[in-house]
Amino acid sequence: MTNDRTDDYAKPLPAQDGLAKQFYAWCKRGDLRFQRCSGCDAWRHVPREMCALCGSFEWTWERSSGRGAVFSWTTVARPMHPAFANDVPYAPVVVEMEEGVRLVSEVLDCSPDELQIGMPVALAFDHVTPDVTLPKFRRA
Amino acid sequence: MTHRNKAAIAGIGQTEFSKDSGRSTLHMALEAILQALDDAGLAVEDVDAVVKMGANDDIFEIDLLRSLNLPNLRYFNEVPHGGGAACGTIAGATAAVVAGMADVVVTFRSLNERSERRFGESSVGGGLTHWRQYNLPHGLVTPAQWVAIFGQRYLHEFGYTTEELGHVSVLTRKHAATNPHAMMYERPITMDEHQNSRWISEPLRLLDCCLDTDGACAAIVVSAEKAKQLRSTPAYIAAAAQGTGSRAEMMTSYQRKSLAHLEESEATAKELYRVAELGPKDIDVIEIYDPFTPMVLMQLEAYGFAELGKSPALFHSGRLELDGDLPFNTHGGHLGEGYLHGFGHIVEGVRQIRGTAVNQPDGVNTCLVSSGVGVPTSGVILSKEPY
Ligand SMILES: [Zn+2]
Repeated sequence: MTNDRTDDYAKPLPAQDGLAKQFYAWCKRGDLRFQRCSGCDAWRHVPREMCALCGSFEWTWERSSGRGAVFSWTTVARPMHPAFANDVPYAPVVVEMEEGVRLVSEVLDCSPDELQIGMPVALAFDHVTPDVTLPKFRRA
Repeated sequence: MTHRNKAAIAGIGQTEFSKDSGRSTLHMALEAILQALDDAGLAVEDVDAVVKMGANDDIFEIDLLRSLNLPNLRYFNEVPHGGGAACGTIAGATAAVVAGMADVVVTFRSLNERSERRFGESSVGGGLTHWRQYNLPHGLVTPAQWVAIFGQRYLHEFGYTTEELGHVSVLTRKHAATNPHAMMYERPITMDEHQNSRWISEPLRLLDCCLDTDGACAAIVVSAEKAKQLRSTPAYIAAAAQGTGSRAEMMTSYQRKSLAHLEESEATAKELYRVAELGPKDIDVIEIYDPFTPMVLMQLEAYGFAELGKSPALFHSGRLELDGDLPFNTHGGHLGEGYLHGFGHIVEGVRQIRGTAVNQPDGVNTCLVSSGVGVPTSGVILSKEPY
């Protein structure tokens, strides 16, 4: 990782409002959890209050296996945000987790050239600031 | 009961498209609106409704009121979702006219997208809310990057290379090259130039991305009966519709089963064809919202002009050329004319129906116009004759 871990971490950080506060609180504890509907057992991400499949307002935060596969990615050549200027080329990925939900993230130990759709990956938390831990991945 | 051919676009206006307008978005909007009213032979006093696109332009209804006066305004509304709203304003205006809530509706878009607020440059600060707080921390910060994720899946699932994206760009720029209003007038490109343009966010190169533009467009919607009495040639609204998709976010709806097709555009298409009682084979000209080339391919499939995964063949067939049976983005679209959030496509659609476009194919009776992609969107089918 090339992230600057000092107090002047300049990349965008989640506001952690509403349900995101709970999602990122689990991450900070080293636990990737997604909502799972109590009405129909469907996993969902990004967090929201009602299940669009069955209409239930009840859910629990359930632990993810942390295993997934690269579903898509883009290699960013031109940084459009100054905090990422030193990272180009870098590749945000969409990881499809075993539970079926997808997560935008990064694969830490893989250059953009080596990414492939379907590549298996495993969770690797990145404590980017004292307050925020982002779920990232390594090759599995 | 449907709204089929009960309303029409009776006036259009358009400022120059440039890199630096030198005036405010409000100033340009007023110019385009006055031009559109004049085109229809209407006065400010005739206007009784405004339906505008939301966000990005710093123009509030109250500013229009203070400038134009609009003494007889009785209905106003604003359509959200950025470029997805362009034809949505026509849908809203049609609804107001057909419901008897308005007789003369002003719609418009005005942007200083090049000189003031470039959408391609992320301006996010520290705190990100909603779904963005799951995406932006990982460097996925702009529309090109959000959309590239879809483009990657499309190319992967159907086994295409970026040359298929290049064909979209080359044809669009060919049409812009003969449109004096276009920012890329007399500047066609080759496939080599496309393939050698620099990467922005793979699989998107610079020449897969829309231009940054300052400018304004306006359209006036009236009832079909009123349109017949006005001096301009009416473009009847055979159908206007909005559409949404499942698990929707703004351009990052990555939780959908498939990212290789566009649910919002499919929903819009279905409703347009139902109301118009037409199908893709009945459409003579198409003006397709072209922010990034993969989204053009996916829309051609969503609107039924090709089967899923088959639209690249349309660009090899010659059918989308001006002398083909389905001329495409005759003005040069966002890639070549300028980026007015889809409103330039509406204005061009009206000109095509009137038969007054600079790139004018023969025998145009129907034109389909689409709006923004990857967001809740909209579309219209315009018709030369009420039927
Ligand atoms: Zn449920």
